[in-house]
Amino acid sequence: MTTALTCTNIHVDFDGFKAVNGVDLTLDRGEVHFLIGPNGAGKTTLVDAVTGLAKYSGSVVKDGVELRGKKVHHIARRGIGRTFQTATVFEQLTVAQNLDIAAGAGRSPWSLLRRRTVLPDNVVAVLEQIGLAGQAQTPAGILAHGQKQWLEIGMLLVGDADVLLLDEPIAGMGHEERDTTGRLLHEIAETRAVAVVEHDMDFMRAFASRVTVLHAGAVLASGSVDEVSNDPRVQEVYLGASHEQEAIDAATA
Amino acid sequence: MSRFFATRAGVWSGFGAAALVLFGAAPLLLSGFRLGLLAQFLCYAIVAVGIGLAWGRGGMLTLGQGVFFGMGAYLMAMHMKMADAEFRNGHGAVPDFMELAGIRELPAYWVPFASPVFTIAMILVLPTGFAVLLGFAVFKRRVKGAYFAILSQALAGAFAILLIGQQSMGGFNGLSRFRYFFGYNLDDAVNQQMLYFIAAGVLLVVVAVALQLRRSRYGELLVAVRDAEERVRFLGYDAANIKVVAYAAAALFAAVAGAIFVPVVGIISPASIGIVPSIMFILGVAIGGRASLVGPVVGALAVAWAQTALSEQFPSAWTYAQGLLFIVVIALLPGGIASVAALTKRFQAKSATVEAAA
Amino acid sequence: MDLLVGQLFTGLSTGSILLLAALGLSLTFGQMGVINMAHGEFIMAGCYTAYVTQQVVGDAGVSLLIALPVGFLVGGAMGLVLEWLLVRHLYQRPLDTLLVTFGVGLVLQQVARDVFGAPAVNVTVPEFLRGGVDLLGTAVPKTRLFILALAVVAVTVVALVLRFTAAGRRIRAVVGNRDLAETAGISSRAVDAGTFFIGSGLAGVAGVALTLIGSTSPTTGQSYLVDAFLVVVAGGMGRIKGAVVAAVALGTFQAVFETYSTASLAKVGVFVVIVVFLQLRPQGLFTLRTRSLA
Repeated sequence: MTTALTCTNIHVDFDGFKAVNGVDLTLDRGEVHFLIGPNGAGKTTLVDAVTGLAKYSGSVVKDGVELRGKKVHHIARRGIGRTFQTATVFEQLTVAQNLDIAAGAGRSPWSLLRRRTVLPDNVVAVLEQIGLAGQAQTPAGILAHGQKQWLEIGMLLVGDADVLLLDEPIAGMGHEERDTTGRLLHEIAETRAVAVVEHDMDFMRAFASRVTVLHAGAVLASGSVDEVSNDPRVQEVYLGASHEQEAIDAATA
Repeated sequence: MSRFFATRAGVWSGFGAAALVLFGAAPLLLSGFRLGLLAQFLCYAIVAVGIGLAWGRGGMLTLGQGVFFGMGAYLMAMHMKMADAEFRNGHGAVPDFMELAGIRELPAYWVPFASPVFTIAMILVLPTGFAVLLGFAVFKRRVKGAYFAILSQALAGAFAILLIGQQSMGGFNGLSRFRYFFGYNLDDAVNQQMLYFIAAGVLLVVVAVALQLRRSRYGELLVAVRDAEERVRFLGYDAANIKVVAYAAAALFAAVAGAIFVPVVGIISPASIGIVPSIMFILGVAIGGRASLVGPVVGALAVAWAQTALSEQFPSAWTYAQGLLFIVVIALLPGGIASVAALTKRFQAKSATVEAAA
Repeated sequence: MDLLVGQLFTGLSTGSILLLAALGLSLTFGQMGVINMAHGEFIMAGCYTAYVTQQVVGDAGVSLLIALPVGFLVGGAMGLVLEWLLVRHLYQRPLDTLLVTFGVGLVLQQVARDVFGAPAVNVTVPEFLRGGVDLLGTAVPKTRLFILALAVVAVTVVALVLRFTAAGRRIRAVVGNRDLAETAGISSRAVDAGTFFIGSGLAGVAGVALTLIGSTSPTTGQSYLVDAFLVVVAGGMGRIKGAVVAAVALGTFQAVFETYSTASLAKVGVFVVIVVFLQLRPQGLFTLRTRSLA
């Protein structure tokens, strides 16, 4: 298990509002690392910062390289992939085209100007892995909600991302799909670092290797599911949000 | 039908049929005057192919194609004025319109345009280079959507006003009265027909280039940028580079069209490249179908033909028609005529499984 | 000194004209994201309102005072109709709205041409606005002062309405977060229509005022439109403050540039300045930074 990404003392400031206020976080390969916390805790903003969308102070280091100040696409080329709360795929293009584009960030201009004759091997492999091999020629726009989210994860895989930041990857999924997704995440995490921003506590308990709780832009607690669930500060923070409180209660009962 | 045209045989037969019409039927059936008109319309169609690429596939609503069209046109016109002056009064002579404006000395920036090679090189390089520069300046800073549209429109306005102010570029009246095109007398009907063939040939080449761009991986990427630019960036691409290519290609097409337009029509003036003419280029593309390959060509030809047929007899009605076409087509049929076929097909095959063309 | 004062005033004056033309756009484009290319034709409608009013009333002074509110209503009514007929169906397609409203503009221009004729018409300037006043040794035309004052009044009223009235709060709420405003019981339909009414009404007022310094033809509005859009682009989305600063800045720049060069080069200069400026601040002068919605 090696450390893939180290965030140190991250601050994000929106015109005086401190959305992220001094967060330290490390993501290790081999782990499915859940980021939880009430709305407005700064989870998504933290992901925005790491991926270059939001300006921040502090430091984000991946494999010895400082990422702060780099452009979004340069950070992506360094192997950091992210998904969005609402699945963002290229709806007019087919599943195979979506993956082919995601696999091709390093292509030469010359190869870009020619037609694709066969699908690259890694695209074929990932199609299988995310369970969309049968839909390769389907326009992504007509995929089911859950399938879009798998496609989005698949796009990060073919792009050789080894740090995956997933924003609510099971939003709107049924039970079976959730379990499939959870198993997929662990399969992916064997060689990569996976961070999951999530509200669903059942999902978190079932699949988290490690949990970090954010509150008001700062890290409240970090550790295993049990450690975090038993932390009195975590319980207090969740008192306000009832259903999540029940989830924590159920976990600690 | 559309399935057939997606195959290799389909593409070749499509081009073959177009060539047959353009190079066989049209010159046989049309009088010299009408063939000249058609050549002019073909120039608009060349511009339209570029707009289809930048706007339809790339999502960049370029309301300033008149700038690139105008650059190509003026560069060509400068050479032709120089050549005419040299023919009349010898080397280094001042073109006739400058004499009238009281300019005795040839401005320095005119001098190299005596060379046909330099002129053609400039037509190919200058507008495209300008588009690349402007594209980088704008797209790198993620200026897009409406902001880009307004900037491109302002550019067209500024360019037209700049030209009006330049007496050494013909000012308000522009450049006109050309006699020779690279040594060929423009009064000769044979040479006029040659110009038509050039326009037709260039149109076919431009469509072929656009087709290759659309079907390549780049073409898929361009659509991806159009629909979700941020996503493309998060996959590790610099979206600005992708957009610049389509924008520059559109600029190049427009410039070449402008360069052919000048000998065909015999005049270029700020009135045909400013804000209104620039946005009028859009109309044909919208009617034909912005995202399709042939749609913009058909739309541009149809609008140009209607303009010629109607605008002199019914100027008022034609303006109303233009306005209403903008309103009706864009609001109700954003895919243009090209989408009608797809819509009816979808309607017929509503219950059938949806198959996607790869 | 004289030259400086003169240029500064010319800049302010040009800026105030730009601002009057752009203020309504700042509401409809800046706040709602709707690009109304027919805005220029609403200005033109304001011009013809002033012209018609003067034909009916006769007295230049009285007709100007009548034409200002009537121009607001004429522009506003046209805006309401446009919003109801077309724009509201196209809120998700801003670029298409641009082209559709351009079509509307074409039609309106032709209507003006058919009704009033293509040649320009003139509105008589009222007695009390003729001539100039002496300002620090520079003769300043009264009409220009009037437009400057009108721009200040218009901006102030809009700012006050947005800040202190219930309607204004609703507008700001919808601009800030449409969905949230809806759940709070604000009808965003009504707010959209209202904003469009005010924005278009301001175009009508601008048109009335512009008859004081120029003649009116069917294409009058068009000539102001692009500059007005540039003001909103440079000023930043949804910011009245930005529009004010950008209008004055661009006006001054244009005035100074013209003194040392030509009017045509000044236009090009303005364009270059804006492109360069967008390199520094791609979102315009004033923007609210929020959590991005990628």
